[in-house]
Amino acid sequence: MKDIFVLIEHRRGEMRDVSVEMLCGAGKLGGTVVAVLLGKDVDAFADKAAGYADKVLYVNDAMFENYNSELYQKALSALIKEHGPGLVLMGNTAQGVDLAPALAVELGAPLVTDVTAVEMDGDKPKPTRTFYGGKLDAHLAMKDADLYILTIREATFQAEDPSKSGEIVKVDNPVSEDVAYRKFVEYVEPEVGDVDITQSTLLVGVGRGIREDKNMPVVEELAQAIGADLAASRAVVDAGWLPSDRQVGISGKTVKPKLYLAVGISGAFQHVTGMKGSEVIVAINKDPDAPIFGIADYGIVDDLFKVVPKLVEKIKELKGA
Amino acid sequence: MNMVVCVKRVPDTSESEVHIDASGKDIDKSRLSFGINECDNYAVEEAIQIKERLEGNVTVISLGGKDSDEVIRMALAKGGDDAIRLEDDAFAGGDALAVAKALAGAVKGLEYDIVFTGALTDDDGYAAVPVALAELLGVPHATYVKKVEILEPGKKAKVGRELEGGLMEFLEIDMPCVLGIQTGINEPRYASFKGIKQAAKKEIAVKSAADLGLDAADIGEAGSWAVLEQFTPPVVGEMAEILEGEPDETAAKLAGILKEKGLV
Ligand SMILES: Cc1cc2nc3c(=O)[nH]c(=O)nc-3n(C[C@H](O)[C@H](O)[C@H](O)COP(=O)(O)OP(=O)(O)OC[C@H]3O[C@@H](n4cnc5c(N)ncnc54)[C@H](O)[C@@H]3O)c2cc1C
Ligand SMILES: Nc1ncnc2c1ncn2[C@@H]1O[C@H](COP(=O)(O)O)[C@@H](O)[C@H]1O
Repeated sequence: MKDIFVLIEHRRGEMRDVSVEMLCGAGKLGGTVVAVLLGKDVDAFADKAAGYADKVLYVNDAMFENYNSELYQKALSALIKEHGPGLVLMGNTAQGVDLAPALAVELGAPLVTDVTAVEMDGDKPKPTRTFYGGKLDAHLAMKDADLYILTIREATFQAEDPSKSGEIVKVDNPVSEDVAYRKFVEYVEPEVGDVDITQSTLLVGVGRGIREDKNMPVVEELAQAIGADLAASRAVVDAGWLPSDRQVGISGKTVKPKLYLAVGISGAFQHVTGMKGSEVIVAINKDPDAPIFGIADYGIVDDLFKVVPKLVEKIKELKGA
Repeated sequence: MNMVVCVKRVPDTSESEVHIDASGKDIDKSRLSFGINECDNYAVEEAIQIKERLEGNVTVISLGGKDSDEVIRMALAKGGDDAIRLEDDAFAGGDALAVAKALAGAVKGLEYDIVFTGALTDDDGYAAVPVALAELLGVPHATYVKKVEILEPGKKAKVGRELEGGLMEFLEIDMPCVLGIQTGINEPRYASFKGIKQAAKKEIAVKSAADLGLDAADIGEAGSWAVLEQFTPPVVGEMAEILEGEPDETAAKLAGILKEKGLV
């Protein structure tokens, strides 16, 4: 079997979990696992990756201090041409999706994005990915090619304890010149608001099912009755019904309250990633097929506008008793 | 500033059951409602706002059947100028690469400073078209874009990409370029009645693969990265315990559970 390249993702001094997950997953697919690390003075990440890989290709250059898809593409395409892996894995992250499609087009390599499971048939991957917002799994067949590229959804593979000690090979930067047409400027932190939902013990999460701004009191009353803070899906934040610091999920916050009560939230994986660690998850949704029921402990399949006011009543009764 | 916006008509499956059809490779769409892909609605708004500030032209492109005209016309009604619809049996079964090739064929014939797309589709969710399209056009790109500031019209823009945890990465990018727009970047407007009336009269140029100089072997299923073998219902973990009954009863049951667990 040909080698498997795994692109190590890191940002601002932190190696991202998906990198270790992919290295562990790649180890189970067979073949030699090669971690590819582009960065500036990130020796610690090379050492860490070596614990999970058979080999680490490490390019240390100031050019890679911050991610730039154009520079990454140039470097990766050169390394791939030189070393001839059969499979390249990268995270289906904001970084991966900004890079993989261009690299695949350049190299004429088949690409599947947002892969949630993969098996190998010799050197050829058989990936699974979701369609329709997670409502269906699609099993895909790949065409014959020398190289395949997959972007892997976070938590697809399980991170395990380090069990290898791969050789760290420092390679010269194959990219000779910086690019002028895309330049990193700066990172800007998200705004902070009045409530830090990552510290809340009880959360009521509200989704697009609330329909309109003027319906917000329905969930506000519930939150008040329980003594919970309000959190939200991205749809609610995009609509401007709650500020962005209340957003739970991949591009929002990761919360681990004792109770997460999801009201009118479908349970897209981008949301679920941010709240699946909650102790007790309850979902109220009128669609019995909503993915949120797959991770909830308790569910009510009904119209939230009928259930929530009743729930407020019952909780008040119990609390008064 | 000349801009192109790529829009897709997609089924809304967020609130309805999705049934796999007899082929196992498609879903039964007969009872679904359709509309513009969510991110694309923001992409249209971004292009129109830039046009309103800096003048220029907005061309709307969609690959899809005649039904896609409703989505195109809505974008025209909001301020789009021209429209192209790509339709050909040969486009059937295409994945992100095949779609990007068709869009590239159409965009190549236009003068453009920025091509806007959505960051990802609600149905396929590839999040690959904008970046593949840029590579095919040979221009720089950025995706998951949640802020666009034009520094020098036709030359340079500063864009903010949304990363995990809501962190923003700002970068400067030369035009022409392709930007994949993320939801929440702006507040999409509603079309005015007057706009809708005017848009109804506009011509939508329909182009086939041959019109774009595309070979049938390069598009549709043949020109795709991967081929769909079959859909299956997702593997879900342990399903929630569903509380049955009228709202009165389910609410009482849930309140009881919360109390028992010491959560209220
Ligand atoms: C790069 C990227 C990052 C993202 N990051 C995040 C993130 O951090 N957080 C996040 O939440 N999303 C994120 N998303 C968006 C995510 O994919 C979903 O679009 C979003 O989570 C949907 O929000 P929702 O569940 O509120 O809305 P929908 O998916 O529209 O669901 C609404 C639900 O309400 C139910 N409903 C409607 N009416 C009623 C009623 N009367 N009673 C009961 N139920 C009702 C419906 O059945 C449906 O299940 C991201 C997407 C991308 C591409
Ligand atoms: N059929 C299509 N017609 C026009 N634009 C499309 C089409 N499919 C995808 N796109 C554009 O590409 C973006 C990303 O799509 P995808 O890579 O499929 O998730 C969408 O938000 C659209 O802007």
